[in-house]
Amino acid sequence: MRWINTRPNRGAQLALMLLPFVLLVAAYAAGSAARLAENANDKLLPGLTGFADAVNRLAFLPDARTGDYLLWSDTAASLIRLFAGLGISTATALLIGMAIGMLPYLRALLAPFVAAVSMVPPLALLPLLFIVMGLGEASKIALITIGVAPTMIRDLALKVLELPREQIVKAETLGGSSWQIALRVVLPQILPRLLTCVRLQLGPAWLFLIAAEAISSDSGLGYRIFLVRRYLSMDVIFPYVVWITLLAVLTNFVVDRIRIAVFPWSELEKQG
Amino acid sequence: MSELIIDSVWKEYGDQIVLENVSLTVASRAFVALVGPSGCGKSTFLRMLLGQERPTRGTILLDGEPLPAEPGPDRGVVFQRYSVFPHLTVLGNVLLGKELMASKYKAKLFGQARRSAIDEARQLITEVGLSGAETKYPAQLSGGMQQRLALAQALIMKPKVLLLDEPFGALDPGIRAEIHTLMKRLWNETQMTVVMVTHDMREAFTLATRVVAFERPRDRPEEKERYGATITRDISIWPPRRAGELSYFSPDRDGPVVLQGPRRDDPSSSPSGDR
Repeated sequence: MRWINTRPNRGAQLALMLLPFVLLVAAYAAGSAARLAENANDKLLPGLTGFADAVNRLAFLPDARTGDYLLWSDTAASLIRLFAGLGISTATALLIGMAIGMLPYLRALLAPFVAAVSMVPPLALLPLLFIVMGLGEASKIALITIGVAPTMIRDLALKVLELPREQIVKAETLGGSSWQIALRVVLPQILPRLLTCVRLQLGPAWLFLIAAEAISSDSGLGYRIFLVRRYLSMDVIFPYVVWITLLAVLTNFVVDRIRIAVFPWSELEKQG
Repeated sequence: MSELIIDSVWKEYGDQIVLENVSLTVASRAFVALVGPSGCGKSTFLRMLLGQERPTRGTILLDGEPLPAEPGPDRGVVFQRYSVFPHLTVLGNVLLGKELMASKYKAKLFGQARRSAIDEARQLITEVGLSGAETKYPAQLSGGMQQRLALAQALIMKPKVLLLDEPFGALDPGIRAEIHTLMKRLWNETQMTVVMVTHDMREAFTLATRVVAFERPRDRPEEKERYGATITRDISIWPPRRAGELSYFSPDRDGPVVLQGPRRDDPSSSPSGDR
């Protein structure tokens, strides 16, 4: 039988899914054990007990100085920034993306500009943002927005343009005005794509968030990682990285579930 | 009344002449089939009737008025594909026209107005043989059912002219025959003029009152760009068909059709309906 026609059964699929994760943990455990055998105080690859200690200290014991439970206060600070940035980007992208996709005049005006802006490396603008908007939350949220919104705008505008011309013409023959067509034909078909777009931009959004937090902040997941880096606290950094990954994976999953629940037809189209 | 007068219309794209000097008068309630080889501008012609494109020269009048420069509710359309909205259910698709006409800003109906619109939509859905599928999405319908839906969606507007762009070209023969019966019945029962582009001669002669052929009189490669297609044949069906009237000669052929028995792409009888 050809390789392209062989499929794993459910059990094999589960095993294959878990295999890379297990291998990664095993490789780490082996490396850590080897280093700890040489030097019991090794900080670079701490053992699993080291992690348990650190997680316990950060998540379940109040910080001696501030009285906060650091993992949770960091998470809250980071997520507020992340979702504020993503929220602003999503709203902007929806508005401008639809306008560019639907209205030839606005397309002529904005499409080349957005295309150019999306090529500006956002991190290069970070110093400027700090100078103009201060070191507070605004500059961090702005960085995420600048980093994520142009790509989303372009993606949505393309998606609007990809809607078959026949559909728009049909809506016109049903008496639809530009506004009505935007509201009843284009918007509902774009929203599922918008959610997918948010999912794809989660990675970049986290990147910009952590970059901003690393440079100037007093809380947040990125801040903590870059703070404890000075003490080579790998026992804190690794769990934080895993936690961030977990949060991102979870958001990704939830957003996709929301899409399927709210727009069941978008899943049917995919299969059809 | 819905008479179409097309007067010496030309269509050019840059140097390329697609249609030249097309004149045609379509009587009210006629059913005109446009036939011709691929790429001879039939669909371009239909798009001009629709208002999606404008003639380079010449005029098109609907009931004596020049045709508006964009598509509107007086001219319904069914395309071969993408005629229905994938994000709306069958009922939602048929209802949409009512909602767009009645509610300017929200484009949605509520309360009593919505209930009466739903009644009307359901009646039309039953008429095209889709009752029972109201809550399905187009992706769950077969090709024939999607085209039935597209017809219902267009008909709820009670358009003066219905334009069909190879609407049944992608359907298999059995389903096509059924939808022909439906089409004939709808044409007999409504007040509209129909213009249909088709590749299928049999379809043209089964449904139409008049078959109009487009062709390029000069089709050598070096002439192709500078000479467009035009009407080369204009055949009225004999004995004549008239909408809503039994034909004296062959009542079978042209009479308002009564459907008997379940249809093949009925949602209730078809296994493909639940795909």
